[in-house]
Amino acid sequence: MSRALPEDLDCVVAVEQVTDYIEGAMPLQARTRFEQHLCYCPACMIYLRQIKAQIGVSALLAEHKPPPEEVTRKLLQLFRASRRG
Amino acid sequence: MPAPEREAIEVAQDSALVEALRAGDERAFLDLVGRLHGGLVRFALGFVRTQTAAEDVVQDAWAAVLQGIDRFEGRSTLRSWILGIVANLARTRAVGDRRSVPLSALQPDDERAVEASEFLPDTHSRWAGHWARWPEPWPDQCLLSRETMQQVREAIDRLPQGQRAVIQLRDVEGCTAEEVCEALGLSEVNQRVLLHRARSRVRKEIARHFQGSKP
Repeated sequence: MSRALPEDLDCVVAVEQVTDYIEGAMPLQARTRFEQHLCYCPACMIYLRQIKAQIGVSALLAEHKPPPEEVTRKLLQLFRASRRG
Repeated sequence: MPAPEREAIEVAQDSALVEALRAGDERAFLDLVGRLHGGLVRFALGFVRTQTAAEDVVQDAWAAVLQGIDRFEGRSTLRSWILGIVANLARTRAVGDRRSVPLSALQPDDERAVEASEFLPDTHSRWAGHWARWPEPWPDQCLLSRETMQQVREAIDRLPQGQRAVIQLRDVEGCTAEEVCEALGLSEVNQRVLLHRARSRVRKEIARHFQGSKP
């Protein structure tokens, strides 16, 4: 006798699990069920891709420019003073 | 690389950096400032009203970092320790500016990731709870356009304080979940719920943006 597959997830539930899935915070069984759902459901696959793409775009927003020169100068003074004290 | 390993490496690198700072190595300090300052100001802006206030908060935070560096024990990463200092100072300042938000604002709410109307109703005989209409795939090249990036930036800035703080640190600055929990004093679960709400809201806004810009 073969074991029945677990019942497919509803999309409305699946979208609430996307973050847990990406974060690797799901117990194995729930994860398997979620991945199974993705196999059946192109719409949720699109949704997951959108969230992942958005995370990629967000990372490009990081600002790595150094502070203005006068701030740097002030901070350096602070640093020197703190090391003297 | 799994997050715990990444964090272990970062903590190890931190200890060399902390030693250099304690020894008065100016170059090490300036490198650290150059690496973190812009992001710290952006982070502080989620709590205080103006760019000037955010700059002030971050400068005060640097002063506090220098005062405390001799006592830094390396139980968290240097970055999450500094972020925690910025968050505390920014919140205190926001209280003074009457832009204080009670801590409950950091608590999860029951908002949905996707509007209920996007799914077929419970009364549907076969497909209840499934998408009524598939989400439209996003055009890759448009995603990286300056306009879309600006939309994402603004969507993040409009989020409630807790959500904004979490998504800014996780997705923009690339902090680990552990660092964010540490810096904001959140439990793992709360951190994840706030991240989920934040990402879902930003996604809604991007989707709206693409829908609106369609001919």
